[in-house]
Amino acid sequence: MTFFLQLIVTGLAQGMVYALIAIGFVIILKCSDVFNIAQGHFVLIGGYLGWTFLVPFGLPIWGALLAAIAVAIVMGLLIERLMLRPLVGQPVLAVVMMTIALSTVLGGLATLLWGAEYKAYHGLLPTITMKVGAISIPSESLIGLIVSVICVAILMFIFRYTKIGLAMRATAEDLQVVQSVGIKATTVYAVSWVIACVVGVIGGILLGGVSGANMDLSNIGLKAFAVVLLGGVNSIGGAIVAGIILGMLENVAAGYLDPLLPGGGLAQVFPFFVMIIVLVFRPHGLFGLAHIERI
Amino acid sequence: MGLRTGAFHENYAEEMATFKSRRQLGTVAVLLLFLFVCPLFLSDRMLTILTTVGIAVISVHGLNILTGYCGQISIGHSGFMAVGGYTSAVLCAKLGWPFLAALPCAALAAGVAGLLFGLPSLKIKGFYLIMATIAAQFIIIWIIIQLRSITGGTDGLLVPKPTLGPIALSTKTNYYYLVMVFAVLATITAHNIVRTRAGRAFIAIRDNDLAAEVMGISLWSYKLLAFFIGCIYAGVAGSLLIHYVRFASIEQFPFMDSVWYLGMLIVGGMGSTAGAIFGVVALKLLDELVTVAGPIMAAAVAPQAAASLAIMSHGLVIIIFLIFEPRGLHHRWEMIKAYFRLWPFSHEVSE
Repeated sequence: MTFFLQLIVTGLAQGMVYALIAIGFVIILKCSDVFNIAQGHFVLIGGYLGWTFLVPFGLPIWGALLAAIAVAIVMGLLIERLMLRPLVGQPVLAVVMMTIALSTVLGGLATLLWGAEYKAYHGLLPTITMKVGAISIPSESLIGLIVSVICVAILMFIFRYTKIGLAMRATAEDLQVVQSVGIKATTVYAVSWVIACVVGVIGGILLGGVSGANMDLSNIGLKAFAVVLLGGVNSIGGAIVAGIILGMLENVAAGYLDPLLPGGGLAQVFPFFVMIIVLVFRPHGLFGLAHIERI
Repeated sequence: MGLRTGAFHENYAEEMATFKSRRQLGTVAVLLLFLFVCPLFLSDRMLTILTTVGIAVISVHGLNILTGYCGQISIGHSGFMAVGGYTSAVLCAKLGWPFLAALPCAALAAGVAGLLFGLPSLKIKGFYLIMATIAAQFIIIWIIIQLRSITGGTDGLLVPKPTLGPIALSTKTNYYYLVMVFAVLATITAHNIVRTRAGRAFIAIRDNDLAAEVMGISLWSYKLLAFFIGCIYAGVAGSLLIHYVRFASIEQFPFMDSVWYLGMLIVGGMGSTAGAIFGVVALKLLDELVTVAGPIMAAAVAPQAAASLAIMSHGLVIIIFLIFEPRGLHHRWEMIKAYFRLWPFSHEVSE
């Protein structure tokens, strides 16, 4: 029983991190219909930015966070203006290839600037460890939970009570109608990319603070897609629920099945099995809207 | 001198002809002759490059049928190549089959894998299908690792020297000829498949699958057929790759290769046989450029610049193409020809 609970708690930890990455993905998708494969690489950049501002620059935590967010905002604006705007109205493949290309460029930049090295900054971020009985709750999980809840609260507020939030929801609904009432769709796109970059970078700093910044941080992006698909691509709440479900399932499945399989490594491939199953049986996910097509 | 001022077809057969003019036939003949004689004067390194180009061309032709013509985007092509490669490797290494007998089995195995992972395409498309094929890539590689007793898992599998009857295909030159024969065959079949009834159905599905279904095209059979055919090419390419390296390992079929095969299609131009070849050659040339420019960059900027350039060179080129020439090199080439057709006059009579 302790083994099972420990798996569940570890799964929760990973699930919250998945959810945080998935939120950034859903924001862009909701507003501009762009599937952003590079979301995992925003996390990578965030991890390294956290190290840069905390260690060589020696900034305090809040200063480093603000500086990283400032960089993320500039990054988001540049990416939207230079790469995605020329592709408005292009087919899905062009957009997806653009974000894949963007991810390799970000990976290349990270290699160039930080030498693809492992940069640790343990102990610089506040850590919380809790123990309930025999089960230890990792601080990754708690911080992930807290930050995700804060991020979602802020995003919910923006979406519900601000003018730009209303514009973003409207753009997601119908681009032509939005343009005809005088809302600038390009502003909406820019804001959505900025938000996605900021969310990704914050996630990166948190992950980097726990496990150190390294090139593997970007791999989490690929798994976050399974979360997004399971939760429904246009549902922020769905991303969180699915993140938790998937994180737990993955850990329980790996914990019980890995000893039975010779090669192991089920945790790495598990999200992809979930992806295929979801895509075949419920393509719009748990909480997403079913898409109806007309000729 | 001077190019033809236009194509003047007088009947349907002329319009459907592979070679529209004698000049075109001549160009292709010269190109084939060049491919035939170039081992005589090219270095081993150049032959290696040409051989990998040939293998990639076979694979990308398959992807072109699947994605460029039928519109079913697949980022799992490298995984399907792995199925073909490992089938062939296991048949030759464990069961001692001859190379030529293993090759069709490899193609068939990859095709069947394609059918299996193509099943979701009946319900989903666009981004969702991309995700399903990415999942296919990772699941295939994972299964190969799991079947350790057959495939050698992460340790890889040694493959014996391929022979073709009495001829050993161990020298670079011999293998080059083998790959080129298959590359030319793949080009011919790819060019002809899209001119058949199935090919026209593929194009209809790509342009609007709902409209295609209303017209009586069975989406079920034609989408799966596209997956089957596309993955057969991948299987042949994977088998040729494994026997070229004479060692099967999962590192030969990385996820990013799947991405770059699509990138080659974008750079070359989707939905054209020549475009697939253009794209492969362009990105392979870029690779060579990077290996030359990498050390220079490393010396001039920073030691990690070479690695950085290697990571992002393909991405940068694809970004540039998506923004400035989304229809690829093949389209640009046609534009250049169209320009010079009437040069020095600035206007062209519309096609």
